Amino acid sequence: MAQTIFAPWDDPEEKPLIEFVNVTKRFGDFTAIDNLSQQIYAREFFALLGPSGCGKTTMMRMLAGFETPTEGKILLGGQDIGAIPPNKRSVNMMFQSYALFPHLSIWENIAFGLKREGKDKEFIQARVDEMLRLTRLEAFARRKPHQISGGQRQRVALARSLAKAPKLLLLDEPLGALDKKLREETQFELMDIQESTGTTFVIVTHDQEEAMTVASRVAVMDHGKIIQVATPQNIYEAPNSVYVADFIGDVNLIKGQAKARDIVEGDDTSGGLELHWGEGHAPLVAANGDTALAGKEVVLALRPEKMSISKEHPAAANALKGKVIDIGYLGNISTYHVELDNGTMVKAQIANTRRVSRRQITWEDEVWLSFSATAAIVLEG
Amino acid sequence: MRRFTLISVPYIWLLALFLIPFVIVFKIALSDAAIARPPYLPLLEFSEGWAGIKAFFSELDFENFVWLTEDDLYWKAYLSSLKIALVSTLFTLLIGYPIAYGMARAPNEWRPTLLMLMILPFWTSFLIRVYAWMGILSTEGLLNQLLMGLGLITEPLMILNTNVAVYIGIVYTYLPFLVLPVYAALEKLDDSLLEAAEDLGCSRFSAFWLVTVPLSRSGILAGCFLVFIPVLGEFVIPSLLGGSGTLMIGKVLFEEFFSNRDWPVASAVAVILLLILIVPIVLFQMNQQKQQEAGK
Ligand SMILES: Nc1ncnc2c1ncn2[C@@H]1O[C@H](COP(=O)(O)OP(=O)(O)OP(=O)(O)O)[C@@H](O)[C@H]1O
Ligand SMILES: [Mg+2]
Repeated sequence: MAQTIFAPWDDPEEKPLIEFVNVTKRFGDFTAIDNLSQQIYAREFFALLGPSGCGKTTMMRMLAGFETPTEGKILLGGQDIGAIPPNKRSVNMMFQSYALFPHLSIWENIAFGLKREGKDKEFIQARVDEMLRLTRLEAFARRKPHQISGGQRQRVALARSLAKAPKLLLLDEPLGALDKKLREETQFELMDIQESTGTTFVIVTHDQEEAMTVASRVAVMDHGKIIQVATPQNIYEAPNSVYVADFIGDVNLIKGQAKARDIVEGDDTSGGLELHWGEGHAPLVAANGDTALAGKEVVLALRPEKMSISKEHPAAANALKGKVIDIGYLGNISTYHVELDNGTMVKAQIANTRRVSRRQITWEDEVWLSFSATAAIVLEG
Repeated sequence: MRRFTLISVPYIWLLALFLIPFVIVFKIALSDAAIARPPYLPLLEFSEGWAGIKAFFSELDFENFVWLTEDDLYWKAYLSSLKIALVSTLFTLLIGYPIAYGMARAPNEWRPTLLMLMILPFWTSFLIRVYAWMGILSTEGLLNQLLMGLGLITEPLMILNTNVAVYIGIVYTYLPFLVLPVYAALEKLDDSLLEAAEDLGCSRFSAFWLVTVPLSRSGILAGCFLVFIPVLGEFVIPSLLGGSGTLMIGKVLFEEFFSNRDWPVASAVAVILLLILIVPIVLFQMNQQKQQEAGK
């Protein structure tokens, strides 16, 4: 059975659920969102990543209706929502500060939105119970928010925003206070909810792994602009800028001058670019490099796990000689910090397939780092 | 030992400034009026020894309390005081709450100034401020002059020496007592709670009723008690602004004491007033305690 890949953003026929059209938001002279245009499609799980203060919460607040764009407009289902007050939007938000009602019990907090809809008693009871079960809060239903822990409060906030089953759910760092296990469970719970209800999620997170796990697309923001939007795989494997490559995951950045390579018939590691990065060093090969960058100052971005380490000169397209300065042991993998002859520090990540005592590379060893002709990405410097 | 000393300080304070005066007043309430100095009998005579003390106690009785139930002036005065205290507390709340709300919502840099304006009148004498109201409310007063000048009325309004003037005076005087605790409660209110309420489907108005009011409840209660309790025994405002028709127990107390020189009856009136006040005072204390616990 052929499974259709969920990628409405590639389909020109598809109408977006949310559309930011040249939105700018200023607080006084400060520009929090800078001429931002973005489309988000129904049933998407859209993750916003970016450093603190880059405008993630501000984007959410504009969607929820607590801020109005200074310029531009936001469309929800094709309709300009600028004039619609928050209580008339079928959008719910989970607040970064939780904003639980301190005078109401956990049960009443979750039921709050349902009661405003005028749902009947049995429905509310059933729905709240379901939410309590989902977030494992059954035991705390009668307590007040100040009588539960930080992580439990976060789950109440999540349950409260989920209860109304809105068309669009905005989650501002929903899982930050949970332990790793509960966080992973809740992530899968969220994906389940998303699949079963068809709700569109926009989620802010500081946890890249989380964004990679749950999101259909990830947007990396900086200073009120979206730098790149792509699927988790593409944003990791094919970042469009040094900023994104550096922001997502670990990366080695090597500066140099790009030169075009000759294309040899029948050799798929020919062509592309080579990087001249220092006197007396063999150029580094990037067969997938964009030849438009030839002749320019560029940066070679290389993920640490795409490198191998060995004591002998390897038979690979690219090899770098250096000395092991530090080894970070993380259990399943080890990170080798290697200093090249010209002083550049490079990180290589190797899976620990052998027990520690059997490994032969250790501190101060002269080693060779190698990577294939297509492992690196060439980015404009 | 140190703990004991610490605890004993407030108790000695209470004993000296509350319990002992109360026992003295209660004793006078059980005595009989007399043309003497002090104007009541019996007096405790230690010179006659044990027999004197016995004679003293045998002469004490509850006559004066019985008298309070026989003359309907007293219970009418108590009821009327209760009514005036309740109504004026309600008006103070209706006027004070929006003021406190406005202050709490004002921009940060404005708040100290607004708070100052609220407290400023306290720095002038209370009596002078009540006299000022006499100047405003009298038939030739500023208010009537203004209204007549504007052509809104032709005959001056009779406000001074009526209950209306008493209400105006009480609301004016006690407003800060209500505004300050309500403001303190509202200022702590987190704006994101109102946003959350709106996000979950509340209009601005219902968010106010469902979030703002319940969260300022303890401030409202504290403010109301701080108005209600002293107003119940209020004497100066009804005697200066009220008329012959204004019946308040504080005024009755004053008249018994100074005009009739009937100290025993006046004391009995005071004892009953205190008993009535115990209820709101206890409720007030409970509210304060709950508020403190919630704040932890
Ligand atoms: N009401 C406001 N008045 C003035 N400046 C504001 C206001 N709200 C946000 N800002 C500013 O706008 C910028 C973006 O804020 P925002 O809350 O969107 O950041 P964020 O990306 O959510 O950060 P974090 O990851 O720390 O939550 C910040 O520099 C912030 O100081
Ligand atoms: Mg934020």
